[in-house]
Amino acid sequence: MEFLTILQILDSTVRLATPLLLACLAGLYSERAGVFDIGLEGKMLVAAFFAAAIAYTSGSVWVGLLAGVAASMVLAVLHGIASITFRGNQLISGVAINFLAAGLAVVIAQTWFAQGGRTPQLPSDARFGNIVLPGAESTIRGIAQQGPLGQVYSELISGHSILVYLALAMVPLTWWVLYRTRFGLRLRAVGENPAAVDTAGISVVGLRFAAVMIAGVLCGIAGAYLSTALSAGFVKDMSAGRGFIALAALIFAKWRPWYALSACLLFGFFDAVGNRYQNIQLGEFVVPVQFMQALPYILVVIVLAGLVGKAIPPRAGGEPYVKER
Amino acid sequence: MDRMPKWADVVLIPLISVVLAFMVSGLVVAIIGESPLRAMQIMLRGAFGSAYGWGYTLYYATNFIFTGLAVAVAFHARLFNIGGEGQAALGGLGVAVILLAVDWPHWSLALAAAMGFAMLFSAAWAAVPAYLQARRGSHIVITTIMFNYIASALLVYLLVNVFRVEGSMAPESASFAATTHLPNAADFAGGLGFRGSTPLNISIFLALIACVLVWLLIWRTRLGYEIRSFGHSETAAVYAGINPTRIIMITMLISGALAGMMAVNVVMGEAERLVLDFVEGAGFVGIAVALMGRSHPVGVVLAALLFGALYQGGAELQFEMPAISREMIVVIQALVILFTGALDNMVRMPVQSIFLSLKRRRDNAARPNPAE
Repeated sequence: MEFLTILQILDSTVRLATPLLLACLAGLYSERAGVFDIGLEGKMLVAAFFAAAIAYTSGSVWVGLLAGVAASMVLAVLHGIASITFRGNQLISGVAINFLAAGLAVVIAQTWFAQGGRTPQLPSDARFGNIVLPGAESTIRGIAQQGPLGQVYSELISGHSILVYLALAMVPLTWWVLYRTRFGLRLRAVGENPAAVDTAGISVVGLRFAAVMIAGVLCGIAGAYLSTALSAGFVKDMSAGRGFIALAALIFAKWRPWYALSACLLFGFFDAVGNRYQNIQLGEFVVPVQFMQALPYILVVIVLAGLVGKAIPPRAGGEPYVKER
Repeated sequence: MDRMPKWADVVLIPLISVVLAFMVSGLVVAIIGESPLRAMQIMLRGAFGSAYGWGYTLYYATNFIFTGLAVAVAFHARLFNIGGEGQAALGGLGVAVILLAVDWPHWSLALAAAMGFAMLFSAAWAAVPAYLQARRGSHIVITTIMFNYIASALLVYLLVNVFRVEGSMAPESASFAATTHLPNAADFAGGLGFRGSTPLNISIFLALIACVLVWLLIWRTRLGYEIRSFGHSETAAVYAGINPTRIIMITMLISGALAGMMAVNVVMGEAERLVLDFVEGAGFVGIAVALMGRSHPVGVVLAALLFGALYQGGAELQFEMPAISREMIVVIQALVILFTGALDNMVRMPVQSIFLSLKRRRDNAARPNPAE
C-alpha cells in the first residue's frame, strides 16, 4: 500500500471521527453528571437538518450552525425536563427524542422544500470549507509531489473544516473543565453521589441541566458538521447510528476525554476503511459491500463485548435524584 | 402516602398522556399550515370508514401486537429491547427459507413451520445481545441497535445475492407457492365486506393467542414471576436464588421470538415473498405500543389498534394532504413514547394530588364533627 493511500485513509478517519468525537464528548458531560443520553443520535439529526436548511435559506453557514445548535438544545431541554425535572426514565426519553428528531426533520423538510424530506444541495459558500494551513498544498497533484513529512502535513493535518479543529480542541478543554475546575469537580460528583452534592448546598438539578445543555451544544455542532461540512445538505436518517456509535465509544473510553478521542478515531477508522474498500478481493472470495457497510456496527459490538474490560459507569447514572425520601 | 384508585393508574393516566401527545401532534400539523381537525377526520375515515380501511388497520395492528408484546415482555425484566426491527427482519428470513426450501402440501403445515423458523431465527438474533448483556455487561440498548443495522445489511446482501430471482432487478425473493398462502379476511370474514385483496389474514388470531400466552406467562407461571421479580430488583432476585443470566437469556429469546412472529403476518400472510425493508419501523412502534399499553397484553392490543389506525389513516392522509409527510406518524409515535413513557410523572403528579385532595375532603366529611 502506498504511503499516500494510508494518509488518505487516516485523513478520512479524522473527518469521520469528528462527529463521533463531538457526540461522544456530549455524552461524556451528560453521563458524567448522571444523566444517560441515548438521544445523541436524534439531537445530531435535528441539528443536521436545521443547519442545512438555515444555511441554505440564509446563505450563511454560521447562521446555519447556530440554528442547528439551537434545535439540538431544544431537544436537550426536553430531555432535561423529562429526565431531571419529572424524573422520568432517561432511556425512554432518549428513544422518544430520537424518533421525534427523525420524524420532525423529514416532516419540516417536506413542508419547506418539498423534495421528499431532504434539503436542496448546499452551494459551496453555504458550507464549511476546508482550511489550508500555511505552507500546505491543497491540490492532489501538489501533495503527491511533496516529501513524506510534507504529505503528512498537507494531507492529514491541513485541509479540514474548522469544526474538525474545534472538535479536537474540545478534548483538552473537556479534560481541563472536568478535572481542573470547580464546575468539573461538582459535575463528576453529581454523577457519583448527588446526595453529597446536595448536602453541600449545590443544586443537583442545576448542575445536571447544565451538563445536558452542554451536551445539546456539542451534538448541535456534530449535526451541523454532518450536513454542512461532511456532506452538502440534509438527507433522511443521515446520522446513520453515529449517536449510538459515539455512546459505544464513550463506554469504550470509560467516560474519559482523552480515551474518548482514541476510541472515536478507532471507530472513525473502521468507517473510513468501510467507505474506501467497497469490494475487497481475498483470493477467490469477494467481501461483499454490505459487509463493509455493516463493519463499523459489527466492530462496535465486538469492542463492547470483548475489549472493554470492566467499564464502570458513573454510579448515579440513570437514576433520577429524589431529594428526600 | 395514599395511592389513587387502580383504574386511574391503569386507564386515566395513559389516556391523558395519549390525548396530550395527540394535541401536540395537532399543533405540529397546524404549524405546517393544515387543519388538524380535518387531518384527524381524514385519518379516522381512512382507518375505519370501510372494510378496506379496517383490513389494513387490523393488519398493521397485528404487526404491532407482536412487536409490542416483544418490548413488553422485555420491559417486565427491565430490559429495553430496541432490536425488534432487526429481530423481525431475521424472522422474515426464517419464513422465507422454510417456505422456499420445502414443497408444502397445505398452508396449515407451512404456517406451523414458518412460525417455528420465524421464532427460531429472530430469537437467535436476540440471543447474541442478550448473552453479551448477561455475561459481558455490554449495554443491551446499544448492542440491539447495532444488531438492527447489521440485520438490515445482512438482508440486503441476501436479497441481492442469494434470494433474488434470476433476471430480475428487484431485491426480493421468488413468490411462495400458492399452497402456502394463508387464508385472508375474505375467506374467513367475507360477510363483513372484506375483499380478496385485503392484507388482513389469520395471523391476527395468532397475535391474540400470543396475548393470552404472554399474560399467562407473566402473571401465572413461575418463570413469569421470576422475570417480574428480576425486573423489580435484580439484587433481591439474586438473593432469592434467581439466576440473572438465565432470566436475561430466556426473556430476550421470548422477546425476539415475538418480534419475529410479525414476519409471519407480513412475509407469509401479505407479501407472500421476502421483500426489502418489510418491517417498515414496526419494531420501533412496538416500543410506543408497549409503553402506552403499560406492558399488559390488553393495553398492547388497544395501543396496537390505535397505531394500526394511525398507519392506515396516515397513508390516506398523504393522498389528501401532500404537505404532510408520512413521517408525521413517526412524530406522533415519538410524542406517545415521550408522554406515556418519559413524561409519565408530569401527568401522574397532578392527577395523584387531585385524588388525594378528593379523598381528604371525603374523609373529613365522613368524620363526625368534634364540635358537635
